[in-house]
Amino acid sequence: MIIELGHYLILASMLFTIGVIGVFLNRKNVIIILMSLELILLSISINLVAFSSFLNDSVGQIFSLFILTVAAGEAAIGLAILVVYFRNVGNIEVDQINKMRG
Amino acid sequence: MFPALLFYIFSLSIIASALMVIFSKQPINSVLFLIFSFINASGLFLLAGAEFLALIIVIVYVGAVAVLFLFVIMMLDFNPDNIKEETKKYLPIGLMVGGVLFFEIILMMYSPELFSKDFQIIGRIVETDLTNTEILGNLIYTEYFLQFQMAGFILLVAMIGAIVLTLRHRDYVRRQVISDQISRDSSTSIELIDINLKTRESKK
Repeated sequence: MIIELGHYLILASMLFTIGVIGVFLNRKNVIIILMSLELILLSISINLVAFSSFLNDSVGQIFSLFILTVAAGEAAIGLAILVVYFRNVGNIEVDQINKMRG
Repeated sequence: MFPALLFYIFSLSIIASALMVIFSKQPINSVLFLIFSFINASGLFLLAGAEFLALIIVIVYVGAVAVLFLFVIMMLDFNPDNIKEETKKYLPIGLMVGGVLFFEIILMMYSPELFSKDFQIIGRIVETDLTNTEILGNLIYTEYFLQFQMAGFILLVAMIGAIVLTLRHRDYVRRQVISDQISRDSSTSIELIDINLKTRESKK
């Protein structure tokens, strides 16, 4: 049993797909959608680390570090927007976010 | 053999807990499963030889982002009723989109050579004197310095944005108004009162 690049890639693609399904599935709860986005970013990080280990090139890990930064910022801003929205409206159901008729 | 077994354990835990994240009823359970999947991903990174990133993931995701999620879930009191029916309503389209996406990804990257021995990841021996952290530091502080600074700027913008978004002024909180303090002068704040000292002393 040897673990190759393909194993990591299949794991990352499964995780990515689960994240996308989570975005589609949870129409009531914005927080779960944000968590699904975190899962998607984690799958990208796994891809980058696998390729960096395979190519013997540490640049992939640096990109993964930057993805980590962006994910942390995105979570902070998204949750802040969520808190403000909840304060104004009173619920966070995705189906009812249609005030602007967009 | 043993690292491969570890890989399968970690990846099974990641997939199972990711499924629990999107399917569990209570958002608090979702956050806990998210933490579990991040810890397992950190184990995978360790297996692939990225030690610094593995521990940074534990610190940042488990220590900061997940705690932020927990905090927001505690602050907002929404009722988790009728989530089940909604999930059932959107299950076919979600599974369809997910299936198509997964099929496309597999189709795009499928080649049997990826599973040959040349593409081995776990257990390959790298001849170097430097540790993983030293290599990353050498790269970040020289070649990727601009990107590093921009990452710091992104964090600054995120921090300021979160503060500005959630700040609110309550009327009953007494605050320090610095401009009022500075613009005071002696004519409005000091009052001179003549006191007749002689009469006071004579009363004693």
